[in-house]
Amino acid sequence: MTETAHHQGPGDSSQLIAAHGLSVHFHERTILDRVDLTVSRGEIVTVIGLNGAGKSTLVRALLGLITPDAGRILRQPGLRIGYSPQHLHLDATLPLSVARFLTLGAHAPRRRLLKLLAEVGVADVLDSQIAEISGGEMHRVLLARALLRKPDLLVLDEPLAGVDVAGQSELYRLIADIRDRYACGVLMVSHDLHVVMAATDRVVCINHHVCCTGRPEAVTRHPEFVALFGRHVAEGLAVYSHHHDHQHDVAGAPVPLDEG
Amino acid sequence: MDDFFLRALLGGIGVAVAAGPVGCFIVWRRMVYFGAALAHSALLGVALGFLLGIDLSAGIFALCVLLALLFVLLERQHLLPTDTLLGVLAHVALAGGLVAVAFLSDLRVDLMGYLFGDILAVTTGDLAAIAALALMTLAGMSFIWRALLSITVNEDLAAVEGVPVAGVRLGFVLMVAGVVAIGMKIVGMLLILSLIIIPAATARRLASTPERMALLAVVFGVLSVIAGLYASLYWDLPSGPLIVLTAALLFALSQAWPRARHASAVPLAGGRAGEAR
Repeated sequence: MTETAHHQGPGDSSQLIAAHGLSVHFHERTILDRVDLTVSRGEIVTVIGLNGAGKSTLVRALLGLITPDAGRILRQPGLRIGYSPQHLHLDATLPLSVARFLTLGAHAPRRRLLKLLAEVGVADVLDSQIAEISGGEMHRVLLARALLRKPDLLVLDEPLAGVDVAGQSELYRLIADIRDRYACGVLMVSHDLHVVMAATDRVVCINHHVCCTGRPEAVTRHPEFVALFGRHVAEGLAVYSHHHDHQHDVAGAPVPLDEG
Repeated sequence: MDDFFLRALLGGIGVAVAAGPVGCFIVWRRMVYFGAALAHSALLGVALGFLLGIDLSAGIFALCVLLALLFVLLERQHLLPTDTLLGVLAHVALAGGLVAVAFLSDLRVDLMGYLFGDILAVTTGDLAAIAALALMTLAGMSFIWRALLSITVNEDLAAVEGVPVAGVRLGFVLMVAGVVAIGMKIVGMLLILSLIIIPAATARRLASTPERMALLAVVFGVLSVIAGLYASLYWDLPSGPLIVLTAALLFALSQAWPRARHASAVPLAGGRAGEAR
């Protein structure tokens, strides 16, 4: 039974969005299995998981783009979502400047656009054609378009895809800055573990169901996480994310998954 | 100037004006094959219009809409890739149309006229139908313009920002059906798509905003109609194909034009780290 209650906010008043027992099936296959997830104001939550684990489906369900087969999604009344999709495939035959692209979502004067682009570090592309800017610039422009709506919740699907490591940590710092400046919640999807671990308040590791959730350093010690990503990755991340922590035991050897 | 020629000019210009903006979106949204499928169903629409005793353009319009709805329904089943599904629908509709008009012995069908258009036989009644549908298309396009542009750029993003995606898509399909219905008379079902997409393709080279591209597509379409018609009169050759050839000539000429100038002096050096173009 699906109940997408827009009129009724999540239980905790700081929670912007809360999903309970979200399940999505597609042609007999279970994509999401009773997934719970919440994002609160001022919090950066990152959903990680291998390819095909259901990350994008989860985001699409939270955004209301698909209807879950079971579960409830509660949104704070009047919640404004700023969304940055993973890919933006723009046909080369469509002449569209960055300025025009930004104002497709919301009207804004030119100086506001310039200020916003400066905030995300690409003030010089305002009059460029969308087709002419780089992948990294595109991520920032998408971020600017999401911010233009003054969002309560920022949803970023793979904001680092196609950006190299140096650019990635810069982008992550930017996202953390934005969270502070706009006092919004951030929900990110990523398959890149290293940077995620360094710049996230809470990690939700999914493999159709929620494997484990918590602070990055706790998640990396969780047996299911270790089983999913391999012991080397887990140990590397555990050391990487909290080298001041003296507890180095990775809990348990890799265990078989209880679900396919 | 003879009356029939004046009517032909006005009718052709009416179609070109409506086709410009619609053609741009067909190109941007990669819906050329969808447009072709609708055009193929036009003959069945002629038979439908005749059976119902309504204006034949209205019959074509109605059938195009039906086919588009059928397509949307079938596409949801994910039975076949989209282009295969369109190919099946297009040719079933064409074959059905040919059989239907053969059955209707009362209907004096000038098959060549429907396939390749008969602009010089445009009547005052046709002109009224063209004017009505062209105006409807232009009004509809300006109404959904911004939303359609938004879903053309990214459907998910548009949906999250509150655009009623399904409704806008349906609205656009109606516009395409409208242009196909009136274009039949001018260049025929086999060539109508070229009058829709060639001027848009020509405009791309010279435009730096979506609106300018649509406007230029209208200009090139109208030029093609006028020049094609005069050429047809002068050399006594079929007018529909000459209009299309004129459009193609303009397209070829536009390729020699320098690309639209974009204010894009983006310094490559000293900027953001590690963002390769």
